[in-house]
Amino acid sequence: MSQELLAVFTEVLTEEFGVPEDEIAAEATFEALGLDSLDVVELTLVLEEKVGVKLEDEELEDVRTVQDAIDKVEEKQA
Amino acid sequence: MLLEGKKLLITGVLDPRSIAFFAAKVAQEQGAEVVLTGFGRGRRLTERAAARLDPVPDILELDVTVPEHIGAVAADLEQRWGRLDGLLHAIGFAPASCLDGGFLTSPWEDVSTALQVSTYSYAALASGLKELLAVGPGSVVGLDFDAQVAWPGYDWMGVAKAGLEAANRYLARDLGPLGIRANLVAAGPLHTMAARSIGTIGAFEHLWTERAPLGWDTRDPEPVGRVVCSLLSDWMPAVTGEVVHVDGGVHAMGGPVAPVPQNEPHAPIGE
Repeated sequence: MSQELLAVFTEVLTEEFGVPEDEIAAEATFEALGLDSLDVVELTLVLEEKVGVKLEDEELEDVRTVQDAIDKVEEKQA
Repeated sequence: MLLEGKKLLITGVLDPRSIAFFAAKVAQEQGAEVVLTGFGRGRRLTERAAARLDPVPDILELDVTVPEHIGAVAADLEQRWGRLDGLLHAIGFAPASCLDGGFLTSPWEDVSTALQVSTYSYAALASGLKELLAVGPGSVVGLDFDAQVAWPGYDWMGVAKAGLEAANRYLARDLGPLGIRANLVAAGPLHTMAARSIGTIGAFEHLWTERAPLGWDTRDPEPVGRVVCSLLSDWMPAVTGEVVHVDGGVHAMGGPVAPVPQNEPHAPIGE
């Protein structure tokens, strides 16, 4: 599942946010990928549309890396 | 329907949790035709939010600190509708130094930005659109957070809101002769992006749990959106210069709302 989600994140980050694909890794932080707080909010909207999971503000507070976000999505899907 | 045929300009739809998003959604459901504004970095977010409205509204570029933008919006609406029945000003911004305990140390450049965007722009935008609003005649609504008292962390934004309340009275004075109403909606705390940028907002949210006789859901901006729509409708005539509190009743309470005491059954009298 995690791999599938990483693929979704990779697609969204490259296509919607212009992040070079070779920079995207599970352990990469959103900050390092050049996303600011507005981008992260936008990312949650795209994820809601793509995977049907809505992440709330409080849930994003400790999200730093792509893997953190994947974990949150999986937690909510469970 | 409440807003059948009304032509409305709604600013401040940043994401689908924005108060303005709910105002736009309710307005469309009530028969209004809606155009949004957005600008700069937030524009993409506004577009994503707009995609969740039906029909998807057009978005006009508007940075309220740029007079030419206001002129361009007026020109667009003139051509599009030839009139404007309602305007929602849902715009506020304060640099980080102005919030969360920065009251005594924020520099004037930052404070002036907060006041320009959050206070002055209310009058500037309404003034720039007054000829179109006079046709209706229309209604102007702004978003407030009760500025009668000092709040934890709200700092210069609280001063900006106090200024907004005063500006609303003067706007009511100067637009009234054109038939245009100007009113503010003072909402309780909501988990919007605007609130997210105020770190200490959690410090007063509990007041709403304790003091709202009607209760208050910080995750539901729809009640505020509905009241905005009421003020934009023809059903609030002769109301101007007003601040309508949509806060579950907190503004009227001097202390916690005690649970309703249950009457103890009387002890039998006599034996």
